Amino acid sequence: MKKSFLFITCDEAKHICDKAQYGEATAWEKAKLMLRIFYCHVTRTYSKKNTKLSETIASSKVQCLKTEERNKLQMALEKELSKQKQQ
Amino acid sequence: MPKHQINPNNWVNQYSDYLFNYTITRVNDREIAQDLISETFLAGLKSMVNFKGEASERTWLISILKRKIIDHYRKINSNKGKAEVRMNYHNDTETEGDWLEERVSDASDKTAEDTLVNSEMGDAIYDCIAKLPQKQADVFKMKTILDYDTETICKELNITASNLWVIIHRARTGLAECMEKNWFN
Repeated sequence: MKKSFLFITCDEAKHICDKAQYGEATAWEKAKLMLRIFYCHVTRTYSKKNTKLSETIASSKVQCLKTEERNKLQMALEKELSKQKQQ
Repeated sequence: MPKHQINPNNWVNQYSDYLFNYTITRVNDREIAQDLISETFLAGLKSMVNFKGEASERTWLISILKRKIIDHYRKINSNKGKAEVRMNYHNDTETEGDWLEERVSDASDKTAEDTLVNSEMGDAIYDCIAKLPQKQADVFKMKTILDYDTETICKELNITASNLWVIIHRARTGLAECMEKNWFN
């Protein structure tokens, strides 16, 4: 089937919606997404939930360790574990 | 047989981010938070034999961490610490008293209630992240919380960009469902 330049599938819409949460969707992609949201209930629901999740995470100011910080912790723990095994 | 088992080899992978988020909201300093977590793990290793298995490993680690955070505040609120703060504020006669103004609350400051809600929300988010498969959790945290760009994550985890978006999609769907059930309702 020939791909439409304006109308997108539900899966494509979800993919664009995910990218939009990280500011990685282009203006044209967003326009196509908006069009799909207008007539597709599934896309509309997904987009609403996805946006709500992004807002929740942003407002919670949740934080996590960077890879190198986590590695440092892991190394310290392993060092202590091996010390314990030797005893 | 105890309800919960202990396995220190999984501590960093399974609980370090949860413990970090718990600590950073209370001490507000990345370095100190990491030190406290490291101390918690070491204390956990030493007292592992006392683990009865009645509480989960995470609850047990949190109870150790709470003590560490209290100890940290005790230390910085010791007489020596207070004296240092007073000396700083009263050294310069011209600016004496300015500290009173500095202590006036800022309208843009978060209230204790806001901080508490954020902290609880953070806990709920981590509870849901813990239910995701490890790879989804890792990619999600790197992309959403640490704000790494797509290329960096792909390089670090040796995956393609389309792979990353599939993983992100699955993680977001799982998280949205979990948050809907446990937080929004």
